[in-house]
Amino acid sequence: MGGNQWLADLSVVIPDAGDWLARCDSPGMFTAQIGWSWMLDGWIVVVGALAAVSATLLGNFLVLRKMSMLGDAITHAVLPGIAVAFLVSESRSSVAMFLGAVIVGVLTAVFTEWIRGVGGVDEGASMGVVFTSLFALGLVILVRGADAVDLDPDCVLYGAIELTPLEMVSLFGWEVPRAAAILGAVTLINAAFVGLFFKELKLTSFDPALATTMGFSAKWVHYGLMVLVSVTAVACFESVGSILVVAMFVVPAASAYMLTDRLGVMILISVVLAALSSAVGHLMALQVPSWFGYRSTTTAGMIAVAAGIFFLVAAAFGPRHGVVVKRVRRIVLSLRILCDDIVAFLFRAQETRAGSEQLRGVTAAQLTDALFASGVSLRLATWLLRRRGEIRLADGGLVLTEAGIERGQRLVRSHRLWEQYLVDQAGRGMEEIHQQAERFEHFTDRELREKLATQTDRPELDPHGSPIPEEG
Amino acid sequence: MMHVEPPQRFRKMPARRFAGAGWMLLWTVLLWAGSDVAMVAAQGPGPIRSASWRRVVLLEDYNTRVVIFGVAILGGASGLVGSFTLLRKRALMGDALSHASLPGIALAFITAGLFGASGKSLPWLLLGATLSGLIGVAAILVIRNQTRLKEDAALGIVLSVFFGAGVALLGVIQQMETGHAAGLESFIYGKTASMRAADAGLIAAASSIAIVVCLALFKELKLLCFDEGFAGARGFPVVVLDIVLMAMVVLVTIVGLQAVGLVLMIALMVIPAASARFWTETMSRMMLWAALLGMLGSIAGGMASAMFPGLPSGAMIVLVCSLFFFISMILGRRRGLLIRHLRRIRFNRRIDRQHLLRAMYEQIESQFRDERTDNDAAESAAMPEAGRKNPVAVGDLLAMRSWSRRRLMAAIVRGEENELLRCRDGACTLTQAGFAEAARLTRQHRMWEIYLITYAEVATANVDRDADRIEHVLAPEIIDQLEDLLDEQGMTIPVPDDPHGVIADVPPVQPPPVQSPPAQGGA
Repeated sequence: MGGNQWLADLSVVIPDAGDWLARCDSPGMFTAQIGWSWMLDGWIVVVGALAAVSATLLGNFLVLRKMSMLGDAITHAVLPGIAVAFLVSESRSSVAMFLGAVIVGVLTAVFTEWIRGVGGVDEGASMGVVFTSLFALGLVILVRGADAVDLDPDCVLYGAIELTPLEMVSLFGWEVPRAAAILGAVTLINAAFVGLFFKELKLTSFDPALATTMGFSAKWVHYGLMVLVSVTAVACFESVGSILVVAMFVVPAASAYMLTDRLGVMILISVVLAALSSAVGHLMALQVPSWFGYRSTTTAGMIAVAAGIFFLVAAAFGPRHGVVVKRVRRIVLSLRILCDDIVAFLFRAQETRAGSEQLRGVTAAQLTDALFASGVSLRLATWLLRRRGEIRLADGGLVLTEAGIERGQRLVRSHRLWEQYLVDQAGRGMEEIHQQAERFEHFTDRELREKLATQTDRPELDPHGSPIPEEG
Repeated sequence: MMHVEPPQRFRKMPARRFAGAGWMLLWTVLLWAGSDVAMVAAQGPGPIRSASWRRVVLLEDYNTRVVIFGVAILGGASGLVGSFTLLRKRALMGDALSHASLPGIALAFITAGLFGASGKSLPWLLLGATLSGLIGVAAILVIRNQTRLKEDAALGIVLSVFFGAGVALLGVIQQMETGHAAGLESFIYGKTASMRAADAGLIAAASSIAIVVCLALFKELKLLCFDEGFAGARGFPVVVLDIVLMAMVVLVTIVGLQAVGLVLMIALMVIPAASARFWTETMSRMMLWAALLGMLGSIAGGMASAMFPGLPSGAMIVLVCSLFFFISMILGRRRGLLIRHLRRIRFNRRIDRQHLLRAMYEQIESQFRDERTDNDAAESAAMPEAGRKNPVAVGDLLAMRSWSRRRLMAAIVRGEENELLRCRDGACTLTQAGFAEAARLTRQHRMWEIYLITYAEVATANVDRDADRIEHVLAPEIIDQLEDLLDEQGMTIPVPDDPHGVIADVPPVQPPPVQSPPAQGGA
């Protein structure tokens, strides 16, 4: 990958580069200390962002269609196209190679689909068969045909993002890197495709059968997408390297998928994340190695890592589907239920002892026995309840406050009304109703209690003979 | 048109018992070959001469022998492990894994200096690769199980992010004074042709472990592949089994990676297993096929590259394997294209024959009825067999269905060959066998129609088309059940009359709930 030699080339080509190289050697700790050349770093970030955005626009649909590995497959599979184009045109003309690569890229998608459909082979496997075979074919063609020519697939065919500012072209009077011009065009095409065919893409991604019955050809949308995926993959890896394409087809889209349920929002988020990963990745490439006393490292690799970090955060803390969020939500729910159980238990205890004079508190040990809760969660729940002023310490144990009694009334009322309802209206046996009412009581609000009471003719006692408390 | 395969009868396969024996045999042969290599290795490599095809085929060259032994055993093991990952719909696991091992290799190289080991000591690098591969697998499993992302996205994320980290680390390594990372590339691109005896030994050891584990846990892994939920319900530790399987994948991949390179390793994990799937429906046989194909492909590819110097051996192995894949895809005995095409043709012919016979029966019947209306209209019993003598014009048959003349004529010719009908001067008559068959088919069709009308409440206008589809795949047991069902309704008709006719002309025996319009039927 790259190597040091390109840094040497760089100082020859661009006078500004000497300055840039010098700051690479300085072991600065913060960005301010590192010289930031807009001429070079600015363009690198822009090119990276363009590549990332163009790939991720289509990547959303690849992720939804469960074809995330296609980017990886295509970047490997295009080798024979490049090799044949090279041999036929006998030059390193990038137009010929680009065409050859795109044609083989589309063929990869077609072959994969063909083997999957006709041969009945699983999608991943058919992809694996096609791209490894094509890559091997390309290798053999290269080795046999281009023996005399020095054509290292790594150096010539897979570009490095750091080198993009070296090749400038003039566009409408502006000097822009060639890669930026190409990738900008690809990004525009992809954005136009996604914008124009948004409805069709959405429908065919989620329900191809419905799309077909509604008169859209799922097949044509699929192949249109595949052509653009191939063009994007080839354009990106030719200018910025293959690892960036593979990452950008999947990772930002997957992160966005963790954050939202709406396709439009998902595309927007993924585009923002892709552009951000490019900037953050380049900064990391400049910055992180210097902490260990090295110079900057490969930007493309670091962009992938940055995208991975974003994914990690999204997967952990996504508002609805984040792993940590889901877990926390479950813990909060179980704590709430435990609080309910404690309050209801205390309420029942006070109820049974209402006649006798001494109103003794309930000890933690009694609670543990009754509720099968672990010590930690029980302590947490009692602490929460005390903070909310629903229980207090008295008489050598826990007793309910006024607010606590109200909550207990509500809960026990829900419980007993449910029991009554289950026996009266649902015809359940006496032995099962307690378990079910125990579950329902936590999710029953005032309105529902009112309905239950009406349905069961406002009973005084529940099926077990306990009084149903009135609501305060 | 819906294709419904005729139900395959389950046969007891005594051959399955031999699969185990086949395995033992295969393995003995390979180990024997391996010991041979070890012996030669002890004597040291002989002088290297130009490779002629005889020397290659007879494995006279020491180098060729090592390489071919190494790749053959690797091909066998990865075919075996690959069949599990294929059935688990994780064919590209090897792909993700081999990419995910790169940061481990780079980190091992960097840290080797800290621990005083040589940066290029193989065990140290392999340890790094394995650890990072295992972390990658764990990440894939966590993403798949804990988030709403699917397998493919998990693979793509782990592959690209880990590989990106590895590339970034390699960028750092190139600045280290301790030496260049030149050797590390062989982990990614492989150097099959320069495989040494030690590499081959390592491959043999790792492959043996993988194969023994896979065979020992065969039943559990099989259950895991086909029905994960059921395996869990039966009390198998699904997650542990999954991890064991993935550890085997890691083992084979990592060991193979440094010997043969990334693309070949991916290919060996996927292609032989996918090819084997075309040949058999039995898990144990599929494993055997996959191992055999992987082995043969590796040997043939290795030999090809030894015979023609300049052909990269890894690429040749992949190409030979994919050649096997396409041969299997076309000729495969169970799911190959050819056999499936044949089955479809056979099925279509059967349908054409049945359509023809029923069309003839209905024609004869209408002629018969026309004759009879004059003298005996009340009788609605079945047509006597004498009716079969009536000739039916081909033109009438052609008008009955939307079939082309060519297709109809082909069906008639085949019917004549089977002695179901005779055709002369553009008019056909049924033979005795043909008449019986035609009566049976018409009966099936009409029974299904009546069933649809009385029980499924399908509108009379639609039943013909629906019955037309199902009549070809009605099993005898279902016909029996239909008969019983319609018996209860008092509707026994030897060859039941056309229900369209029944409803239009004669009031039905039992008032069936037909008359309700279909619009209300969709409850």
